Amino acid sequence: MPLSLSLPASAGTRERAVARPPLPPLRGALRERLTFLAFVAPNLSLLAVFSYWPLVQNVWLSFVEWNMIAPEQLWVGLENWAIVLSGADFRQIALNTLLFTLFSVGLTLALGLSCALLLNQPLAGRNAARAVLFTPTLLPGSAIALVWIYMLDPRWGLIRTVLSWVGIASPRWLIDPAWALPAVILVYVWKAVGYSVVIFLAGLQGIPRELYEAARVDGAGPWDRFRAVTLPGLGPISFFLLVTSLLSAIQAFDILRVMTAGGPVIATTTLVYQLYNEGFVAFNAGRAAVYSLLLFGVMLALTAAQLRFVERRVTYS
Amino acid sequence: MTLVVLVTGVPIYWMFATAFKTNQEVYTVPPTWFPARWTTDNFLDAWGHAPFGRFYLNSLITTAVSTLAKMTNAILCVYAFALLRFPRKDLLFLAVLAALMIPEEVTVLPNYLTVASLGWVNTYAGLLAPTFASAFGTFLMRQHFLSLPREVLDAARIDGAGHWHTLWHVALPMSRPVVITLFMLTVVQRWNEFFWPLIVTNTASMRTLPIGIYYLFTQEGATQWGVIMAGVIYVVLPVMALFLFVQRYVVEGIAAGAVKG
Repeated sequence: MPLSLSLPASAGTRERAVARPPLPPLRGALRERLTFLAFVAPNLSLLAVFSYWPLVQNVWLSFVEWNMIAPEQLWVGLENWAIVLSGADFRQIALNTLLFTLFSVGLTLALGLSCALLLNQPLAGRNAARAVLFTPTLLPGSAIALVWIYMLDPRWGLIRTVLSWVGIASPRWLIDPAWALPAVILVYVWKAVGYSVVIFLAGLQGIPRELYEAARVDGAGPWDRFRAVTLPGLGPISFFLLVTSLLSAIQAFDILRVMTAGGPVIATTTLVYQLYNEGFVAFNAGRAAVYSLLLFGVMLALTAAQLRFVERRVTYS
Repeated sequence: MTLVVLVTGVPIYWMFATAFKTNQEVYTVPPTWFPARWTTDNFLDAWGHAPFGRFYLNSLITTAVSTLAKMTNAILCVYAFALLRFPRKDLLFLAVLAALMIPEEVTVLPNYLTVASLGWVNTYAGLLAPTFASAFGTFLMRQHFLSLPREVLDAARIDGAGHWHTLWHVALPMSRPVVITLFMLTVVQRWNEFFWPLIVTNTASMRTLPIGIYYLFTQEGATQWGVIMAGVIYVVLPVMALFLFVQRYVVEGIAAGAVKG
């Protein structure tokens, strides 16, 4: 501000000068910018190297044939994409991913909502129940997978015994291609449901009591109150939960690796699992990169859907 | 409600019960609900079959260092974005947030190649380096840092405190709940990490606990369930113990994040 420089300092500015930090304003601003850069630079450079650069590398790798050891990468154009997308297994892998994701998320949300409605009642011991429900969410997937391999064992497993009480013979869960996918879905749901209970409970507690009172005064029964007050009240949080659950189900890996290794044959091979197979079993960098980018595309589409929804909510509310 | 708790709790109970049974009892049909003869042999066997001491050390080192680095990055970043002025910082913030959309699975192959080219495969450096950045933490704490009372922060600055001092001694103590929530979530996530350590380690001496029990299982097959369950308990016990003490922070932190977000 050249104008203020030519003028004698007024009483007001002199007062401010005393109150300010010892540095002159210009140097203070410069210092603030430098501090900003110093604080942000480590995180941004790490993200650049380990999150953004890999995307670029994936694009490049998807056009080459490379076994990850040879010094030469052979440019093959769209061949990797063609091989993956027209491959005999791709249809099944896509279907597995879809079925795993939809059933896992559908069951998790349905059970999560039911449990949350139950725990929202003033029952004794509901905090303890919430803690028990939430515990599997925190445990390592590989540990949980091992417990369930034992539980599901058709010879000595506990599930076999429980089924025998009602006269059902235990399927050979992890060996039978028809039962392997339901088995891993079961375990995934058992692990994930506690998270959705906690989120749904938070949503339920955010619905104003007066709405229920008003509905009751208007003569609405329990089912009508659920439909007219609870469900709309849970709308935004359900959508948040739906998207985050879809994103994490699509990324499921540890349970699959330990329980089935994608098998039997390819009965439980999903996009992520095939990425692992191509990259770290077959050492085919090109095709693994194609799977990485397919996975990224799906996640991007889901996140975009969420952003659009949030934006609309902000605009219209 | 009892049914719900039973269905969720029984597998966890079963893991404990099996670990204390004799090998003979593990394979009786129908299975027994309580160990007829309690034994701790499985725990000793598990410790003998695999280098669990080393697994613990590796898990502790990677969890501690990675959590510390992630938290530091998140805290520095969120302070800068929420409270410091910088031209077009909204664009830079978008660059941090957008990284949330790039999951580990998408970056795992190129990161493996990067780590391999640095000669870091099967080292702590390789295990740790890609885990240091924090997009989620910055996102989680942003609302809170934006809501910090400006007057208090300005007062500290006027007293001659630098940004470094203001961050650690003024802003951070006012943010305890959100920092603890993020800390807990990060610790659990790091402790349970599976994909990256599976790929980047190739000897037993570098494996972390979740990878270690997986290899214990592949070696013992389905022949020693008591031993394997004992190994599983080694892995889950620290997480369960931690959760017992800080349950409220974790559960309520997650819930609050969802309601606000």
